[in-house]
Amino acid sequence: MSDQAFPNSSKLRLDHQMMGELVPRGSRVLDLGCGDGDLLLELKDKRQCQVRGIEINPLHVQHCIERGLPVYHGDMLEGIQHYRDGSFDVVLLGQTLQQTEDPLRVIHEMLRVGERAIISFPNFGWWKTRLQLLFTGRMPRHRLLPYQWYNTPNVHLCTIKDFWALCQQEQFAVEQVLYLVPTARRVTPFLANWRAGLAIFELRRGDSARS
Amino acid sequence: MSIDDVIEIDQNSHLGGSGSVGLVETHQWTSDVPLMLDCGRTLSPITQVYETYGQLSPQRDNAILIFHALTGDAHAAGYHERTDRRPGWWDIMIGPGKAIDTDRYFVICANVLGGCKGTTGPGSVNPQTGAPYGLDFPILTLSDMVRAQERLVTHLGIERLFSVVGGSMGGMMALDWALRYPDRVASVVAIASTARFPAQGIAFNEVGRQAIMADPDWRHGDYYGGRSPEAGLAVARMIAHITYLSNTQMHNKFGRRLQDRDQLGYNFGTEFQVESYLRYQGNAFVRRFDANTYLYISKAIDYFDITNGKGSLVEALEEYRAETLVVSFSSDWLLSTEQSRELVRALQANGVPTTFMEITSDYGHDAFFLPNPELSHAVNRFLANVSNPVTPRSTAA
Repeated sequence: MSDQAFPNSSKLRLDHQMMGELVPRGSRVLDLGCGDGDLLLELKDKRQCQVRGIEINPLHVQHCIERGLPVYHGDMLEGIQHYRDGSFDVVLLGQTLQQTEDPLRVIHEMLRVGERAIISFPNFGWWKTRLQLLFTGRMPRHRLLPYQWYNTPNVHLCTIKDFWALCQQEQFAVEQVLYLVPTARRVTPFLANWRAGLAIFELRRGDSARS
Repeated sequence: MSIDDVIEIDQNSHLGGSGSVGLVETHQWTSDVPLMLDCGRTLSPITQVYETYGQLSPQRDNAILIFHALTGDAHAAGYHERTDRRPGWWDIMIGPGKAIDTDRYFVICANVLGGCKGTTGPGSVNPQTGAPYGLDFPILTLSDMVRAQERLVTHLGIERLFSVVGGSMGGMMALDWALRYPDRVASVVAIASTARFPAQGIAFNEVGRQAIMADPDWRHGDYYGGRSPEAGLAVARMIAHITYLSNTQMHNKFGRRLQDRDQLGYNFGTEFQVESYLRYQGNAFVRRFDANTYLYISKAIDYFDITNGKGSLVEALEEYRAETLVVSFSSDWLLSTEQSRELVRALQANGVPTTFMEITSDYGHDAFFLPNPELSHAVNRFLANVSNPVTPRSTAA
């Protein structure tokens, strides 16, 4: 955990900001699905990190180039495979895990090339999601899941409880977990699977982590 | 390839207009120092012709070397005469305020060794015989061409380049420079290029060479002063030109439309528009290019493999340090996006700060000769963000 608050990051998405705060100064950072490079730019300029990105959207890639961020235009699993083991201190994945075809492989790859993996995802167990499905009988739609069932990129949604179970099953070492509500507020772990709309897991590669 | 390949180009610059480097001159420099070639032979003297645009900074740290592609030349930008119909081959990219901004950078482009546009090549006079070299000219590699240009750059008083830039073969030479002289370049832009020329490309080159050599006028390369093997060279050009275009582009541009007729003629004349186009390309090409040079340069491209056949690509690039931008075009099937990805992955595995972008385009391999805002923007912004001087290579990523 860093020693000071993440500076001047009001433009960053909430979970991005929180994820950024978990990145120590001077780290070697890889951001999977780095988008416009907002977070990488902050980490590079404000925290003197050595940054790399992977992004599939060409418009986002252009923005990254504009900002002088080294970015790989392509699929994240294809773009991460060639990095040597332990090339990075931190590998980031912001609200994209649920959109990947093979989330488990993505996490294993993150922990192969990085010492730590920081992953945020929307919690499908959030009370709003549960109640929408329960009372309307329709697929949940809200700020964190803004899509229709027929056009959603989210093919592997999970709950916080699911993710904990996965970490146990795969023996990922969980360093810390932040639970958030969509309004930028952290919540305590108490009933987090009901109360938190988003979670940020920090995993560490260790003896226990398979790679 | 050259701008001639592009039939209708919207040239947004014109002589004296904004964005043009204006009237330019071709310079030449001759060195008597023998150059040791990869084939084991030496070559001297070597004359190189080159052009420069923009001003070299007092610190001499703003020079960009442009490498041209197979059939290009030193005339990359601007005009030689006020009456020139067309500017240099990459005028869309080089000039004041353009992607490679001559208000900021000192740009150099030289005709490659083996060329036919002023630099010593098979059509030059062999001082030992007083006659043109022909096939006595030594077989070249792209590395030989790069080493010749390193001498030119040194001659111009430049110790370290800000960037080396090229498309296709030019991109391969840029990569070669960065690996060969890691302390003498800060950045690389490799467009529609590759770390090793693929079998399919060698195959097409070989067909082109066979076409030239099958022409009775070729006379084993000894045709200077007589009829040159125009038919063979034109066929070589037609074949190569197909590989520079995409199927979609051909479909859109020509389809099955007929040329100057309404119905099929049932003969072997030029019936389809695409035939007419290729014949035009072939005929235009022989007027400006030498058949032996085509043989030598296409062969040099075939030889290009940055690993030199030793070890993996990742291992081969261990000494490579320059910040690199790699760009591919989605419809390029000669040097495909996968070729670029392979290169980028190997660079990234070595911790080289590398940016890769695939541009969606229907214009195939030759897309980089056409105005493309995405390409211009990417090159411009990449160069603007290059840290110069480069910091030592990180141990990271």
